[in-house]
Amino acid sequence: MLADALRARPAGLTETLALADGLDDALVHGLARIDEERAASLEALTGAFAGSPLGDRVADSIGKLIAGTVTDEHLAVLAGCRAALFGAAHDALLAPFGRERRPAPAPAPGPVLVAAGSRSWLRELAIAGWHGVDHELAAAGSPTVQALLADPAAARLAVLLDGFAAELRAAAPVATLERIPVRRWADLWSRALLLSQEGFPAAAGETVDGRLLFLGADLHEHPTVFRVQAHGLLETAGGEARVVRVSVAAPKVETITGPSAWRMLGAFPVLRAVLAGQRSAEVSGLTLIGGDLIWDESRAAAGEPAEVFATARVLLGAATAAAVPPLDRHPALIAEPVLLEGYTPGADALVVDGVTLPVDLDRLPAAGPLTPALIAASTACVGLLRWDAGSWSVQPLAVQATVKRKAVTVSTADWALGPTEAKAAKAEAVAGTAVDVLRERAGRLLRR
Amino acid sequence: MSIPYERRSSAPVIEPVRPRKLAKVPFLELAEGRLQGVVSSGSDVSRVYVSSITAGDHGLSCNTNNNRPCGGLSGSYPCNHLRSLLAEATLQYGSGRVARYLRIEVADDADLITGLHPVAAPGRAAEVFSSFLRHLSYLELPPTTDPLPELQWFPAPGVAR
Repeated sequence: MLADALRARPAGLTETLALADGLDDALVHGLARIDEERAASLEALTGAFAGSPLGDRVADSIGKLIAGTVTDEHLAVLAGCRAALFGAAHDALLAPFGRERRPAPAPAPGPVLVAAGSRSWLRELAIAGWHGVDHELAAAGSPTVQALLADPAAARLAVLLDGFAAELRAAAPVATLERIPVRRWADLWSRALLLSQEGFPAAAGETVDGRLLFLGADLHEHPTVFRVQAHGLLETAGGEARVVRVSVAAPKVETITGPSAWRMLGAFPVLRAVLAGQRSAEVSGLTLIGGDLIWDESRAAAGEPAEVFATARVLLGAATAAAVPPLDRHPALIAEPVLLEGYTPGADALVVDGVTLPVDLDRLPAAGPLTPALIAASTACVGLLRWDAGSWSVQPLAVQATVKRKAVTVSTADWALGPTEAKAAKAEAVAGTAVDVLRERAGRLLRR
Repeated sequence: MSIPYERRSSAPVIEPVRPRKLAKVPFLELAEGRLQGVVSSGSDVSRVYVSSITAGDHGLSCNTNNNRPCGGLSGSYPCNHLRSLLAEATLQYGSGRVARYLRIEVADDADLITGLHPVAAPGRAAEVFSSFLRHLSYLELPPTTDPLPELQWFPAPGVAR
């Protein structure tokens, strides 16, 4: 039962997160200034990991860090500790939902990256702490980010570092900030550090064919990237349904945002047409890595119309998901597709079987047509379950609602080919010329 | 229920930028301790100005793309290009963020230009120009179908509410 899973409070969750908080607080002040209280918090990690495979390395590295030896090796262990703590929290949170998971694919060697510059900047940040981040330190990551962006194999690290660096630049000087996003920056820092290690594993893929039925799109953005992650179900020839995601991301600049960001995905006309038209897609010979279906326009074609709620009602319940690779287990990465019906909608929450499930209004993107008013008028919702800061919420991907006495289905993917609503379309037409203007002005500058 | 900002993985840090027309000021940024950008000439379509205001001491500079000084900028009196730069930055980032970065103190809702205590500063055309080129280089990078799991930390900006 969904309500039971939402009510579940896994044993040990609070203690696990408290250990991570201790580590995160040390990064606020910087590892160059570990006082007694912060030293005690770090030493608590040594106790927690004693007897685990990481035990000896944690004890050694924490001891050295407290003594003032901040090396890449010890920092990697610190990031590893954090990944293990949040990995355990992730597993405990997901277990009550009881979806069947296929075993994770075997790890394969990851790409070889030139990440020494990244490790060095992340070390400087750890030593200074967030309080010590000024304009200069925030900008110091820029050369390494530019170098990584030029290497397609380094996209994952480059895109993360670029978004993280932009936040630090916007927040600098951090010492004058009212509130510091302590967990968030520790998340981004530790993941970037792990991705900067030699031997960060990739996962092996398998080749799949079938019919892909989408549930909706989750949109991601930071100043230099726009990404559409479409959640769906892949029906294979054997009649099995698998929960999968398709991801397409395009680099952009800060001034391109809102609905016109979809224009940056011009390389994916088939996917955009399928999403905007609420159609299925026939795919053949695509690579599936865990739950991630690697999109290839040349191996996909638009199929029959496919209604989101029909898909969810018929297939979602029994579909199998892929196990999450160990290093991707973090509560912030939980995005469980779910069909909700028979609830009582409110202004910012849905009451489902007596459980109040907040609606994650921060994740209703400006690049799509879903609004709080539509959620409040809805009778059914397909969304993603999210967990953050101690509570569950739902991020709607599509809703069925009654608008002016007419039943409508509205999805975050409806504007994949541009807004379907007149006012938004007009605004998009104005904003959408941004790329042309930039190129024209650049041409003027370059000719001189 | 109040969710502590400090313990949220998805805590918002950067206020979403507001879309604006780019024709007048195609590029601007808060970087390297300056508000800096590229401003189109009002009279000559083939000319642009490279303008900047330093944080703290409000040092002004404005030069054409072939590095001639702007005729409108006399010492510490801001020219129209600098006025456009500041106005468009306020549109894009909101006046709070621009004021905080440049350390401008004005009453709420007052135009930021009234809070400048400007001095003349050396031109930064080369730095701004290379920054603009780096900015443009993003438009030349290829898209990717890589799953990029870390983008879960970066939800697209929400609908205004």
